[in-house]
Amino acid sequence: MNLSEFVWAAPEMTLLGLICVVLIADLFIDDDKRIVTFWLAMLSVGITALTVLWTDPGHGIVIFDGSYISDSLSQILKLGCALFVGIGFVYARDYLIANDLHKGEFYLLSLFGLLGMLIMISANSMLTMYLGLETLALSMYALVAIDRNNVVSAEAAMKYFVLGAIASGCLLYGISWIYGVTGSLQFHEIAAAIAADPGLNNLPLWFGLAFLIVGIAFKFGGVPFHMWLPDVYQGARTPVTLYLATAPKLAALALALRILVGGLGGLQDTWGQMVMIVAVLSLLVGNIVALAQTNIKRMLGYSTIAHVGFILLALFVGTEQGNAAALFYTLTYVVAAAGAFGVIILMSRGGFEAHNISDIKGLNERSPWFAAMMMLLMFSMAGIPPLVGFFGKLNVIAALLDANYTGLAILSVVASVIGAFYYLRVIWYMYFEAAEDQAVLQSGTDTRVVLSLNSLAVLALGIMPGWLWTLCVQVFAAS
Amino acid sequence: MSQHLLSILIWLPIFGGFALLAIGDAGDYKSARAGMMRNVALALSAVTFILSTGLYTGFDNAATGMQFIERMEWIASLGVHYYLGVDGISAPLILLTTFITPLVVIAGWDSIKTRPAQYFAAFLILEGLMIGVFAALDGILFYVFWEFMLVPMFLIIGVWGGANRIYATLKFFLYTFLGSVLMLVAFVYLYRQTGSFDLFGWMDAPLSMTAQKMIFIAFLAAFAVKVPMWPVHTWLPDAHVEAPTGGSVILAAIMLKMGGYGFIRLSLPIVPDGSEYFSGLMIALSLIAVAYIGLVALMQTDMKKLIAYSSIAHMGFVTLGFFLLWSIDGPTGAVLGMQGGMVQMISHGVISGAMFLCVGVLYDRMHSRQIADYGGVANTMPTFAAFMVLFAMANAGLPGTSGFVGEFMVIIASFKANFWFAFVAATTLILGAAYTLWMIKRVIYGEVANDNVARLTDLNRREFLVLAILAVSVLLLGLWPAPLVDMMNVTIEQLIETIGQSKL
Repeated sequence: MNLSEFVWAAPEMTLLGLICVVLIADLFIDDDKRIVTFWLAMLSVGITALTVLWTDPGHGIVIFDGSYISDSLSQILKLGCALFVGIGFVYARDYLIANDLHKGEFYLLSLFGLLGMLIMISANSMLTMYLGLETLALSMYALVAIDRNNVVSAEAAMKYFVLGAIASGCLLYGISWIYGVTGSLQFHEIAAAIAADPGLNNLPLWFGLAFLIVGIAFKFGGVPFHMWLPDVYQGARTPVTLYLATAPKLAALALALRILVGGLGGLQDTWGQMVMIVAVLSLLVGNIVALAQTNIKRMLGYSTIAHVGFILLALFVGTEQGNAAALFYTLTYVVAAAGAFGVIILMSRGGFEAHNISDIKGLNERSPWFAAMMMLLMFSMAGIPPLVGFFGKLNVIAALLDANYTGLAILSVVASVIGAFYYLRVIWYMYFEAAEDQAVLQSGTDTRVVLSLNSLAVLALGIMPGWLWTLCVQVFAAS
Repeated sequence: MSQHLLSILIWLPIFGGFALLAIGDAGDYKSARAGMMRNVALALSAVTFILSTGLYTGFDNAATGMQFIERMEWIASLGVHYYLGVDGISAPLILLTTFITPLVVIAGWDSIKTRPAQYFAAFLILEGLMIGVFAALDGILFYVFWEFMLVPMFLIIGVWGGANRIYATLKFFLYTFLGSVLMLVAFVYLYRQTGSFDLFGWMDAPLSMTAQKMIFIAFLAAFAVKVPMWPVHTWLPDAHVEAPTGGSVILAAIMLKMGGYGFIRLSLPIVPDGSEYFSGLMIALSLIAVAYIGLVALMQTDMKKLIAYSSIAHMGFVTLGFFLLWSIDGPTGAVLGMQGGMVQMISHGVISGAMFLCVGVLYDRMHSRQIADYGGVANTMPTFAAFMVLFAMANAGLPGTSGFVGEFMVIIASFKANFWFAFVAATTLILGAAYTLWMIKRVIYGEVANDNVARLTDLNRREFLVLAILAVSVLLLGLWPAPLVDMMNVTIEQLIETIGQSKL
């Protein structure tokens, strides 16, 4: 090992250092000055993002004896994670203050989670991946339970913890089988071992693979390993839900891409089938069950499952185009999800919690601007052009048709028509129903500006999707 | 300017609509601000119409291919272009759109009490999007306009509609959305085959029979819902009944034409062999629409529903005219059928718009659409009665009105194809007259039915202006359809030549 290698891991190390600073500083900050912690956390996220930009790995650099990789995929995903954690902080702040939850722990746990995500994204070995995953998962369990007097939150956290531990166990068990068969934990060595000996492509490896898929599907929230997701989305306080719904999805994509494509790309025929089944089930179950939901966070939870179905469908194709489509879809979905939860947070102010879809009734009377923003987000998720969600779906359909999976392409669009209903229901409640209370939305100017920009981004990205798509294609063409 | 005319026609109303949204209204339709919004909306739609006449004056009837072309790269990595152009098929439809929209704005002048700025903005944005559909020559651009068009209409029906509006608008959205996503899959398939989203590239690409059949079915799913053809027409009566008057007018006058336009622009030239294979089915469905839906219309007790079913029956003529091609020997009959379909689209646009406006005039006064609530309206509203009788006659296909021309051309063409096609199609002459005139008899003529009718007041200046403009155009198109037919002649001949070449 060479000391100069450390420079490539600068984002993680910087963030870790900054977390320590925030942690100690927060000890000496009074409750009424907690806003300082917010700014320190924002600063940490910003500096981390700048460090990511500063370390340009070119065509990819592997360091720490093959445990850590920095490449264009890690750059784009890390920037995404930092961005959405930062946006989440802005949305969360006023809500936390209003609900007497404004503690340093929220920011610290979120930052630790971000560290876990960065490690996952840059993992080049199973152990690094697992390390990052657990850092993220433990932070998220604690975040879900941050309102400790709230029974629902506590229940959600418990459920998440137990199921998450089982999923991690499955993943670790799968890793041990893969290690046993291929003799390595590093992705490129695993890939080389499989390429060198086709005889390895056999039952023991498939057995391990099945457990890996369970772990990955759990982290994504793919059916039938999705049971935790609606409960946790519903049970967690909304800023935590927003946190769960955005950046960790990018990390989960890295998990899938690094392990399945990077390490086990040679077994695409085998894992492709498993991923396809999970994807199809997610599309159908997510969309159909979401129809019946009355809790808006739960509904968005099932909607997430449906979107995960699209992402997994793109991964299943196994081509560079499919991978690029998965990346594009995840990035753009997360933009819309952040905005949607942002609007829910916005409506939850002043002790009132927006739980039910009916709570957004008549938003057009109360705030035409944010009703229009929410409409954009919902139509983007439903896949109406020219919003960016449409181009996400378009790329997935193109990848599917390119690989001659016409049936799956048709299935996916029909599933999204089913899904359109519950997005339309949100718009129906906002526009066609009278408001039940006329309270003016309270929120800081910065929240309003960020939320507006966030929502308009789905339109802007939809009008100019070319650059992002080119970027996504380049990520996989380079590697 | 003329080289950017289409872009101006598309974006002027759209940006104007967003400006109205941004300024907003105080909520009160009587406020000065709401009044200003109405004037701005009218001015924008009127300017758009005046500009669009440039399409007519600058149009070269003898030229083949597209005119007013604009093309630039939009999404390079996906091969998508911002590609606009019109020919003899799309130019009249764009003119119809710009002609109807100002009338709709006037018609909503003081009958819209809630959120007038949003209402007018929705119509302006919708206008731009509809023009975009007719002008787009790139698959994705077409799809963007086609799909986003649902959004303003969804809100128009949902916010300003009748009692059962939410059911109607959701049904409208989901029906059309399901149809169009299948079209999207076909688009992406064609993109994979040709490497671009250029509609003309698709027309030249060779395709296997299986692919052509699949693509035809995917297109059919999108366009049959939009036309709408039997048996996927059930969203239309619901949407029409619940929509505000302006929404019904736009829906009947223009949005239904999207389906017919899709067949003639995409299905026929891109998958000619697939279209030939399914032409028997298409003719059968069209004839069912003409005859069966005509009978259904006869039984309606709600005026808007009656006109909605009559629309479906009339649109049956459009699809009939388009798909007669392979049943006729010789090109003249084919040209006649297709021209008849096109003329029928334009004429139905004007007539159905006028009929819905007439019902709107009555509804504003009586708040009822039930035929049974009326009777003897001619006694209290003589001017209105004169207009409504004229439009009803046109709807029934009286010679001298525009309704006659298209239907007659299609019937002649179907005679050349098969006696029985013509026989069934001609039942419309009886059924159309029966349902329309029976409604007129019950609503307009007879003794004054009740006190409410006795208290009716005749048209105000605004309503008179709108109906008079429509009446003049109905007569003009009926007596002198030559300018319209000349405009589309060359394009249709060229189109039939394209369709005649097998792509197998």
